[in-house]
Parts: sequence; structure tokens; C-alpha cells
Amino acid sequence: MNLSLNFRVIGETLPDFLTGLTATVTISLAAFVGALVVGVIACAMSLQTPRYLRAPAVVYVDIIRATPLLAQLYFLYFGLPSFGLMMPEIMVGIIAFSLNSGAYVSEIVRSGILSIPRGQLEASAASGMSYLQQMRLIILPQALRPMVSPLIGQAIVLVKDSSLLSLISVLELTRAGQTLAINRFMPVEGLATTAVCYLIIYYGLKLMAYAWGRFNQVGATR
Amino acid sequence: MNETLIFLLDQIKSVIQFHPVILKGLGMTIVVSLIGIVVGGIVGFALGVGRASSYKALSFLIGAYTDIFRGTPVLVQLFVVYFILPQAGVELDSFTAGAIALSNISACFVSEIVASGIRAIPVGQLEAAAASGLSRFQRLRLIMLPQATRMIVPSLVGQFVLLVKDSSVVSAIGLLELTRSGWIVVQSIPNGLLVFSVIGVGYFVICYPMLYWSRKLEKKH
Repeated sequence: MNLSLNFRVIGETLPDFLTGLTATVTISLAAFVGALVVGVIACAMSLQTPRYLRAPAVVYVDIIRATPLLAQLYFLYFGLPSFGLMMPEIMVGIIAFSLNSGAYVSEIVRSGILSIPRGQLEASAASGMSYLQQMRLIILPQALRPMVSPLIGQAIVLVKDSSLLSLISVLELTRAGQTLAINRFMPVEGLATTAVCYLIIYYGLKLMAYAWGRFNQVGATR
Repeated sequence: MNETLIFLLDQIKSVIQFHPVILKGLGMTIVVSLIGIVVGGIVGFALGVGRASSYKALSFLIGAYTDIFRGTPVLVQLFVVYFILPQAGVELDSFTAGAIALSNISACFVSEIVASGIRAIPVGQLEAAAASGLSRFQRLRLIMLPQATRMIVPSLVGQFVLLVKDSSVVSAIGLLELTRSGWIVVQSIPNGLLVFSVIGVGYFVICYPMLYWSRKLEKKH
């Protein structure tokens, strides 16, 4: 095997990779915001007492968690047009990723909220606070802290998941590497560059999680 | 309304006609996932023990190796195995490539789970075990593993659910597993919602019991 990398080709196709990197980051960010919205709604529903609110949220989370993202993506990609809904592949991807990660975000938010002792809720209710006040003033400020690290973990998963968009021909990082690998017969150069880009994002996010952990430790010991 | 219903029934009938392909895909998904679970479980367990060991260099090397695979998409890893290994003279079909990539990623995740399970055991216990004259291997077998196992099994089961789902990505290199079979069927029956609902049920039947089990185990401890 010829192990010498052709750096000239990497240089030549660098604009492709930059476009791909931008697309991957944009798609992941958009889907992350979408997942937060979906996740918070699903979590709020799953914490209610009436069954008609709780059941749909629980079923949604279970279905998403027990089926692969790729099947969900194809479900929307091949399924939406039969409703006459034609939209660009990127939009289909963002919707699929938001719905998928939303289920995991819902679980993260849920376990954050449930980590607060029940007595606090009862005490704040006894002090005459409304449900929204209890959530806003008592529960959420405390529950947010343990959510941050798992949410960053979910962001890492999202970035990696966005690679699946290359299978419905969206030009993102994996597609950029695949093009170089298959069209120009340079799999090592193409895939190595792609992998390095992903690793940069991965370590960046991991560093954020680490810094957050340190920051909190400092805060706690004071 | 009646016409659309008849049309839908027709489509359901034709999906049922495709059942040999879908069942074949389901079987392949199970086979490839089982290989990933067994091989990845064994290799990952060994890596995890090394990762949690006191040999700094070994631990660092294993950590760096697993990080590379935890930080990149499975799809990219699959392409690496499928397109780059043949250049090194290793001829692979899509089944072998998929099995290798899935076993490897599974081993990487299992390694971290096992390592964090071992690390969670208080140091005092190991010191006490050493003071009672247990050998290194005895400490591992009698003190560390029984406790670590209890802690790591729920996470392991959760991880294996992810592996079954990741196996859908192997469809990208043309292996006829469950997702690929859906992709084939949808070319003849242009009803994505129907076809991929059926595919989804296939995965659900495999994954949901595992998820349920892992949740139950988590609650127990």
C-alpha cells in the first residue's frame, strides 16, 4: 500500500471540505436547537399527570429510541413526498435529526428535573407558587446544571449522525471525503481529511464539557 | 375515500409480497449485530481492563484509540474499512467490512463502560484485597469484576441497542440488512411511510425488549 498521502490533492479539494464542514456544523446546530425545542415539549408532556398528555410523549420517545436514525431519515425522505411535501434534503435531515435527538434530550431534561428532591416542589407549592413559578424559580435553575454535560454529549452524537445526510446526497463532511475517495480514487486522503475534521469538532466539544465540569467544581468548593 | 383505502390495501398486499426480502434483511441485521455484540464485547472487555489498569502508557494508548472511533461517525469508519483495507491487499465483501467496523466501534464503547465500572470501585477494597494476599488476577476476578459487572450491565445493554441501530448504516455499502431491504422495497412500492413503518417495526421488536431490560436493571441498582 502506498502510504504517502497526496497533500496536493487535499489542498486542491480543501474548498469542498470547508463547504462540507460548514454544512455539517450548520445542520448540527439547527438540529440541536430543534431537538431542544422538541425535547423540552416532550419532557414537559411526559411529566404531566393526565394520561392523554403523558402517553404520546412516552410512545414518541420509545419509538425513536428503538429504531435507527437511518430508517427514520428514509421514512421522512421517501414518505413526505407522498403527502405532496417536497422539501430540500437538508430540511428533511434537520427535521429527522431534531425529532431523533429530541427524544434523547427529553430523557436528559427529565432526569435533570427528577434529580431535584420532591420536597422542594411540595414546599414551593405550599408557599403558594404556581406551577410555572415552581419550574422557573425553583426546579429549572438547579436542574440545568447536571443537564449541560449530557447535552454536550448529545451534540457530539448529532454531529456524527449528520454524516448520514451524505446518503441522501447532501454535501457535508462525509460526502466531501466520499467524493474524493470514490471519484478520484483517493480513499486514504479523502477519508483521513474527513475523519480529522470530525475529530476537531469532537475534541472541541469534549473540551467544553471538561471545562464546564472544572468550572462547576471550582464553584462548588468555594 | 374508498378508492384511497383500496389503493392502500393494494400497497400493503404488495409489501407483504416482499416479505422474503424483508425477513432476509431482518436476519442479516440480527447476525451482524450479534457478531458486533460478541466480538466487540470480548475485545472491549479486555481493552477496558487495560484502560483502567495502572500502566499509564497502556491506558493512554487504549484511550487514544477508542477516542478516535468514538469521535468519528460509524459511516466514515465503515468507508475506511471498505475502501482503504482493500488497498492494503485485504479483499473484503460488505458483510465482512460491516462486521469488522461494528465489532470495532462496539469494542471502543464497551471499553469505556468497563473501565469506568472498574474505576468506580473504591481503592480501599483493592488495597484490602492485596493486603489479604490475593494475587493481581484474583483481585480482578474476585473483587473488581463482580462489583463492576453489576454497575456496567445496564449501560452495556443500552450500548448494544445503539449497536443494533448502527448496523443500519452498513446498508450504505450494499449489505442486504433490514434498512437496505426497505430501501429496495420502496423502489417498487413508492410509499415511504408504509415501507419504513414496517422496517421500523422490525427494529422495534429487537430493540425495545433490550431497552426495557436495561431500564429495569437500572432501576434495580
